[in-house]
Amino acid sequence: MKLMKTILMAGAATALATAANAQDGGGISNDAVKIGMILDMSGAYSALDGQGSVAAVEMAIEEMGGEVNGAPVELVSADHQNKADIGSNIAREWADQENVDLILGGANSGVGIALQEITSEKGVAYINNGAASNSLTNESCAPETGLHWTYDTDALSNGTAVAMVKEGNESWYFITADYTFGHNLQKTAENAVKENGGEVVGSVAAPFPTQDFSSFLLQAQGSGAQVIGLANAGTDTQNSVKQAQEFGIVQGGQKLASLLLFLTDVDALGLDAAQGLTLTTGFYWDQDEQAREWSAKFEEKTGSKPTMVQAGMYSSALQYLKAVEAAGTDDSKQVIAQLKTMPIEDAFARNGKVRADGLMEHDMFLAQVKTPDESEGKWDYYNIIRTIPGDQAFQSIEDGSCEAAKEMASGGEQSN
Amino acid sequence: MDFLGIPLPVFMGQLLIGLINGAFYAVLSLGLALIFGLLNIVNFAHGALYMVGAFVAFLLLDYVGIGYWPALILSPLIVGAFGMVIERFLLRPIADLDHLYGLLLTFGLALLLEGIFRQVYGVSGETYAIPASLQGGFNLGFMFLPTYRAWVIVAAVIVCGATWFLIEQTRLGATMRAAVENADLVRAFGVNVPLLVTLTYGLGVGLAAFAGVLAAPIYSVNPLMGSNIIIVVFAIVVIGGLGSIKGAIASGFMLGLFEGLTRVFYPEASNIIIFVVMAVVLIVRPAGLFGKAA
Amino acid sequence: MSETSVKRSGELSDAGNAEAQSRTPLIADLRLWALIGLVFLLVIPHFVYPVMVAKVLCFALFAAAFNLLLGFAGLLSFGHAAFFGFSAYVTGYCLQSLGLTAELGILVGTATAALLGLVMGLLAIRRQGIYFAMITLALSQMVYFACIQLEFTGGEDGMQGIPRRPLFGLIDMSSNMSVYYLVLAVFCIGVFIVYRAVHSPFGQVLKSIRENEPRAISLGYDADRYKLLAFVLSAALAGLAGSTKVMVFQLASLTDVQWQMSGEVVLMAVLGGIGTMLGPIVGASIIVILQNELAQIGSISTIVQGGVFVFCVLLFRRGIVGEIGYRWKSWRGRS
Repeated sequence: MKLMKTILMAGAATALATAANAQDGGGISNDAVKIGMILDMSGAYSALDGQGSVAAVEMAIEEMGGEVNGAPVELVSADHQNKADIGSNIAREWADQENVDLILGGANSGVGIALQEITSEKGVAYINNGAASNSLTNESCAPETGLHWTYDTDALSNGTAVAMVKEGNESWYFITADYTFGHNLQKTAENAVKENGGEVVGSVAAPFPTQDFSSFLLQAQGSGAQVIGLANAGTDTQNSVKQAQEFGIVQGGQKLASLLLFLTDVDALGLDAAQGLTLTTGFYWDQDEQAREWSAKFEEKTGSKPTMVQAGMYSSALQYLKAVEAAGTDDSKQVIAQLKTMPIEDAFARNGKVRADGLMEHDMFLAQVKTPDESEGKWDYYNIIRTIPGDQAFQSIEDGSCEAAKEMASGGEQSN
Repeated sequence: MDFLGIPLPVFMGQLLIGLINGAFYAVLSLGLALIFGLLNIVNFAHGALYMVGAFVAFLLLDYVGIGYWPALILSPLIVGAFGMVIERFLLRPIADLDHLYGLLLTFGLALLLEGIFRQVYGVSGETYAIPASLQGGFNLGFMFLPTYRAWVIVAAVIVCGATWFLIEQTRLGATMRAAVENADLVRAFGVNVPLLVTLTYGLGVGLAAFAGVLAAPIYSVNPLMGSNIIIVVFAIVVIGGLGSIKGAIASGFMLGLFEGLTRVFYPEASNIIIFVVMAVVLIVRPAGLFGKAA
Repeated sequence: MSETSVKRSGELSDAGNAEAQSRTPLIADLRLWALIGLVFLLVIPHFVYPVMVAKVLCFALFAAAFNLLLGFAGLLSFGHAAFFGFSAYVTGYCLQSLGLTAELGILVGTATAALLGLVMGLLAIRRQGIYFAMITLALSQMVYFACIQLEFTGGEDGMQGIPRRPLFGLIDMSSNMSVYYLVLAVFCIGVFIVYRAVHSPFGQVLKSIRENEPRAISLGYDADRYKLLAFVLSAALAGLAGSTKVMVFQLASLTDVQWQMSGEVVLMAVLGGIGTMLGPIVGASIIVILQNELAQIGSISTIVQGGVFVFCVLLFRRGIVGEIGYRWKSWRGRS
C-alpha cells in the first residue's frame, strides 16, 4: 500500500517535470546553451582526446563570443573512465537534471554508442568525435539527434587500402585485433583491396590486447605479402609497429599500413619506428593555412598540436552553436535539422556536410609518416600525399544500414 | 619440410619467440616464488613494480642521461630499495595476520602505483630505444632474430641461474631456506630473520624491476604494462606450484613455449591458453607440477 | 540428528567468535534497522537521482554476495567480476535478442552465473587461501577474454540500448522510478537470502570451516561440498546483481567482467567490514558515490581506491560497520 502510494507520487513528480520542460518550447531553454563533454580524461585515449578536447571546445565558445542570441554558453566536462555505465550515468543525469542541450562524446566506441542511445531517448543533441565504430551511423544510428563527426572505421581503412593498392601494393596480409572493432576494420580494408584488384593472402587474429606481436609479425613476414595491414589501435598499434621495426620487416621490403593511427601515437612511437607508415587522417595541423593558424592558437593554449579528434571537437561545437544561432532555438531536433542544411567549413572541416544518417561527410587525407631527416621537429610528422574527397572516403547511406535515414531519403515517414 | 602443416622454419621461429616470452615469465614468477617462500604472501604489486622498473629506466635516460646498461643494474637496485621500504613499513605490521591481508595490501599498492603513473605520464606510453650495441640481428636461416631478443634470453638465463645459485648453493641461501622451514629456530641461532625477510622482498622486487628494464625497449613503457602480465604469471605460479625455485623458472619457460605454439595453431586462444593449462593442472595435479602435495 | 549438528557447529563457531567480531550487537536490533533502512530506500529516490541509488543497490548486493564467501566462509575470491559481468551479457541477450520479459531475463542471467560458479568453484576449491584467490582471478580472466571474443557480447563495444522489458509482461518498466523499485525489490530479496544463509545451520558450518577446517572435517562435515555450495550461492547472487544492473543502465560492457571489478568488490567489502551484514552495503555505497564524484577528475579515482585499500588493511581491518559494532560492544561492556 505504502509502496503504491510512493510510486504514484513519483509518477506525479515526473509528470510535473515533463510539463515544465514542455512549456519552454522554442527559443533558448533555461536561458543558456549548455554543452556537456563526456570523454576519456585518464585512460588510453586521454592523450588524443581528454583535456585537449575541452580546450578546443572552449576555443569554439570564445569564437562565438561566449553567447548565442544573448544566451550564455556553458561548458561542463566529465571523465567516462572508459566505462559505458559511468558515461551513460553522467549523460542521464545531465539530461534529466542539468538541462544539458548538447553532449559531445569522445573516444571509446562502447561509451560512444551507449551515449547515442541515451541522448536519442532523452531528446538531447549528441555529436561524437573520436569513437571509431561506424555503427553510430549504421545499426545504432539516431539521425534526428546524433551525429558522428571526425572519422569512422570506414573512412580510415578504406582510404588507406585504396590508395596503397593503386600504388601497386596488391598483396595484403592483416594482423587483426580479435574483437568487433578489429574485424570491422579488416573487413572494410579487405573489400577495398579486392575491389581495386588486389588480393588478401592471409590474416591472423591477435587477441586483444597483445603485448608481444613478434609471433604474428613473423607469420605476416612469412606470407610474403607486400603490405601488412594493422587492424588494431592504441597500444596494440604502437607495439606492433615498434616490433615490426625490430624484426626488420620494413627493411625487408614489406610495407606497413596502419588502419587507425593518431598523431599522438606517432609521437609516442617516435619517427624512427613509425617512419614510412601510410595512414588516413581526418585532419592534420599542417594541412593548410587555416588549420595551421588555428593549431598555433591551440598549441599556445595546451602545449601541443591538436589531434584530429580535438580539432573535430572544436569544429562540432562551433557548428552546433552557429546552428543554434540560425535556428533560434536549442531544441535538439531543430538544431540537428539546421546543421544538415549548412555547409560545414572551418579550421577542421573541408567540404563538409551533415548527411541524413548523421554522418558528417568531409574530405580525408592520405598521409605518410616522415623520416627523421624530413621532420623539422616535434609534431612535424606527416607528409600529406593526397586529399580523399568525402564521398569516396565514407560509406554511402545506401550501402549502410541506417534504415531511418534511408526512409527519410526516400521521403517516407520515420518509423521510430 | 613441414611440421603438423606448418613449415618447419616458421615453427622453429615461433618456438624461439615463445622461449623469449617465457624468459619474462620465468624472471617474474621466480621473484613471486621467492617472496612467497619467505613472506608467505602473494605479491600482487609484482606487476606494478615490473612497470615501475621499466619507468625508472626510462626516467634515468630522460632526466639524468643514464643509458640502458647502467639502468639494468640501477633500476632493480632503486626499485628493490623501494620494495624494502614497503616491506619494512607496510608488510611487516601485518605479517602475523592472515596472509590474505598481504594479498589485499599489495593489491592496493598495485592500484596506487598504477594510478600515480597514469596520472603523471598518461596511458599512451613512452618509448625507450634499443641500445645501440644490441641493435640489428642475426639471420638464422629460418628467421631473423633481433639481437635484443637473443639478449633477453641470455640475460634471463643468467639472472635465473644466479638466483638459483644464491638460494641453493650459498650460506645466505641456506639460511633463507632454513628460515622458510622454521623461522624461530633460525632466530635462535642468532640470525636476524626480519632483516632476511626485508632483503628477500627487495630481491624479489628487484627481479621484477629487472624484467621491466628488459621489457622497456621492446614493449611500450606504459603504466598498464604490469596489470595484465601479473595475472598470467599468477596462473604460471599455480601451474608450477610455489614449492621450488627451479619449478618457477622451469614453468615460466615452458609456458612461454606453449603459448608460442598456440599462436601458430590457434592464435585466437593464445591469451587464454595458460589459464586452460592451469585448469587442467588443477584437475590432474592440484598441488602444481613441481609443488609438494598439500 | 539435525539438532545435534546445529549444536556442534554452534560450539565451533563460538570458539572462533572469541577473537572474531563477526557478530555485532546491531544484530539484536536488526529488524528495526532493516525497517528504517527500507523506509529510507523507499523515499530516497524522490530526493536523489534514482538511477544513482539503483546503481548503489546493485553494487551493494554484489558486495553482499561476495562477502557471503569471504566473510562467512573465509574464501577470498578475486574473480567475482566474471559472475557479475557475464550474467549481465546473458540478461542483455535475453532482453534484446530473445525478447524475454524482465524477470525471465534476470533469472536466466542469475542461473548462468550459478552454473559458471559451479564450474569455477569445482576447480578453485581444490586449493585454499592464496591459491584460491589466484585461481579465481585466473579463471575470471579467462571469462573476460571469452567476452571480448564471443560474437553476442559485442566485444569492445559491448551491448547497448537493451530494452527495459515489462515485468511479467505486464508492468511497465520504462521509467527510472519503476526500475528503481524493481531493483529495490531484488536487492531486498538478495540480502534476505544472504541473511538466511548466514544464520542457518549451513552458515554455522561454513563459519566452522572458516575457523578450523580440519576440525570441521573431523567432525564429519564434507567441507568441500559446503564450500562449493557457498561459492555457487555467492556466484548466483553476484549474477543477480549484474543482471539487475542491466535493467538500470540498459547496457552490458567489458568493464563489469574486468579483474579491476573483482578488486573493487573486495574493496567494498573490506571498507564496509568483512563478515558483517551491513558492511558491504555501506562499503559499496561509499565506493560508488566516490567514483561518481571523482568522475570529473579521472585517474585520481584509482589512486584513491588504492590508498583506501592500503589504509583499511593496515589500520582499519574491521571496516566501518565492523568498527562501529566493535566500539559499541566495548562501550556497552564497560558501562
